[in-house]
Parts: sequence; structure tokens; C-alpha cells
Amino acid sequence: MDQRDQQFLEYVQNGGQVETDDWMPDEYRARLIKFIEMHGNSELMGVLPEREWILRAPTLQRKLALTAKVQDEVGHSQLIYRVVEDLGKPREQCLDDLISGKSKFHNVFHYPTKTWGDVGVIAWLVDAAAIISQKALLKCSYAPYARIMKKICWEESFHILHGRDVILTMMLGTDEQRELVQEALNRWWGPLMQFHGNPIPMEDDPMYIWRIKSQGNGEARQQFLDGYVPQIWELGLTVPDPKLRKRDDGVWEFTEPDWDELKHVVTGHGPQTAERLELRRTTREETAWVRQAVLAQAA
Amino acid sequence: MIWEVFRQERRGQAFAHAGSVEAPNLAFADDYAREQFGRRGESVALWVVPREAVHAIEDFVDELHKNYHRVDGYPLKEKLAKARERAETA
Repeated sequence: MDQRDQQFLEYVQNGGQVETDDWMPDEYRARLIKFIEMHGNSELMGVLPEREWILRAPTLQRKLALTAKVQDEVGHSQLIYRVVEDLGKPREQCLDDLISGKSKFHNVFHYPTKTWGDVGVIAWLVDAAAIISQKALLKCSYAPYARIMKKICWEESFHILHGRDVILTMMLGTDEQRELVQEALNRWWGPLMQFHGNPIPMEDDPMYIWRIKSQGNGEARQQFLDGYVPQIWELGLTVPDPKLRKRDDGVWEFTEPDWDELKHVVTGHGPQTAERLELRRTTREETAWVRQAVLAQAA
Repeated sequence: MIWEVFRQERRGQAFAHAGSVEAPNLAFADDYAREQFGRRGESVALWVVPREAVHAIEDFVDELHKNYHRVDGYPLKEKLAKARERAETA
């Protein structure tokens, strides 16, 4: 690392923030692009599991709320891809790499949404896990990313409300509905525990070293458990992990998440990976004429 | 084409930079800006500006030491302490 890089590193480690036009080390730029691009991909792919339920939503109100959530998430991906573009990677290239499987998206969006219970669990708990990661990005050393995260976190909090309302409504319904929620929770618990990633020590995590992230993976997971396990339990639901308990010192113990499954899924081998990427590919092809017409008209 | 969007949260407040949208023309930029930054009642007005139209100034050189323009150009605290000392009112 040369002197200029070293100075930059000290600057961000002392809480300094970086703007688009500022000089930055190549490694910092490359890490930002990879990380932020994956975030953009996840917002875009994250709408597909929910989209499947728009036509099957139980009431008109739920259908509209779910549609609004999908619109929010696509909006987030647009804002995030804008940040990536300003760092030097065009949006079209991001979409190419997403569809070809070259770039990744979050593990939770590779799984099927079997019932309306899954829709509730996603909006409530997947978004809760996501908001914990995203809140930690409000302090990101790259300021344009930190700034849009403020808007994103604000909208995500609506999604948690929507998800919790879906779950509460079902928990107040019939035994069959309660069973539906419990089954969905059983399906999602594994992926939820993997969501924040391997617990590598913060000081060894390059994302922390460059102050792109301000929180360790293990820390985020503890925060998730602390915030949401009590909310799950108070509804009479069971968390499918016999080892799960809060120690007297406040730390949660749990069964080690399946890291092999996480790796397998995010490298493109999840149960729904191929089908969802194929949908992205075909919809992009089918709408290409709209983009061409609009760009031709604007030119 | 990139458009910078500024939003005003309430009447009378300053417009602040909200983010940017990509759009081929003003009509689309208008729609995207409304959807991204105005659909939840979080703004009462937006300014949508082509990025090229924004001229950024980031260097503020004070060659003539015009510190009388700045708060730190008036070290009243030290002088006041000395004046009080002189008048024996400290």
C-alpha cells in the first residue's frame, strides 16, 4: 500500500467521508462497486418472490400494499445502481452480470414463496434482517451510498409494519392460518440465520477496514435475534432451533448456521435461482423495445 | 442522462439534494423524481436539474486572509479576559 492509499485509509478510519469525484484507491472503488452492486441486485431480485403473490393476495388492500412494496424495492435498486454507475459501472452492465450469474444477490431471494405465510415472514423478518445491515450503512465512508440509505431505511420500516400486520392477522385467525405461519417460519429460519454472513472478526473484514460497513456480521445477527426472537415468541410461534437461548450476559446462543448451504445458494444454486434469473432475462428482452423507443424519442 | 433531484420537505425550508435519477428526457425525469422522492408526502416541491447544469465549487482559498468574514476572525474571548483583568472586574 503506497503512501496515498495509507493516508486515505487513515482518513476513512477516522470517520472521513468520500464523495464521487474524490480520489480513492482502486481497491476501495472495486470493493464499493462489488458490494453496492450486490445490494442493487438483491433489491431487484427481492421483488420476484413477492411478485408471485400479487395476483393471489387475500384482499384488495393486501394486493395494493404488496404492489407498493414491490415498487419501493425496485425504486431502491434504481437508486443503488445510480451509485454504482457514478463509481464507474453502467447499469446495463450490472444487469448483464446479474443475468449471466457473474454477480451475486442475497441468499434469501433464491428460495420459493410457497404460501401467503411466506409473504408475511419475508416482509416482517427478511426486511428486519435487511434493515439491520442497512442501518449500519448509514455511517458508510462513501457518502453518496450513506445518503440514499437514509431514504431506503425509512421505506423498509413500512415493509416491516406491513409484514407484521400480515402475520398478526393470521395469528388472530384460524388454526390453519397459524399453522401456515409456523410452517413459513420453519422454512425461513435457516436462510434468516445465514443472512448476515459468516462471523469473521470485524478487524479482519476488509469491508470494515475501509469503513464501508460499520458492523460485524456476528454483531448484526445478535441484534436481529435480540430484536425479533421476543416478538416471534410473544405470538406463540416456535423458533425451529432447540439450542436458541439468551444467556445471562445478553448474548444469544444458537445452532451454527449452515454455511455450506449459504455458499451453495449465493453462487447460483438455490432452489429458485435459475427460474428467477430466467424471468429477469426474458422480461428484459420483452421490454427492450420500450427502452429503444424512449431513447430514440429522446435523442 | 443523469438528473440531480433536490427536494423541499416543508414550505419555507431550503431545498436539499435528495439523489439522482437516470432518464432520457425531462418528461421521464419528472415522473421518476416524483415516484422516487415525492410519493409518500415527504416533499412539497422538487427541483430536477440536468447534472451538467450543476457547477460545483469545492476550493475555498483565502489568499487575502479575509478573516473578518468569519466567526473565527474575532477572538473576543481572549481580549475580553484581558480587558476585564485590566479593569479589575474579572
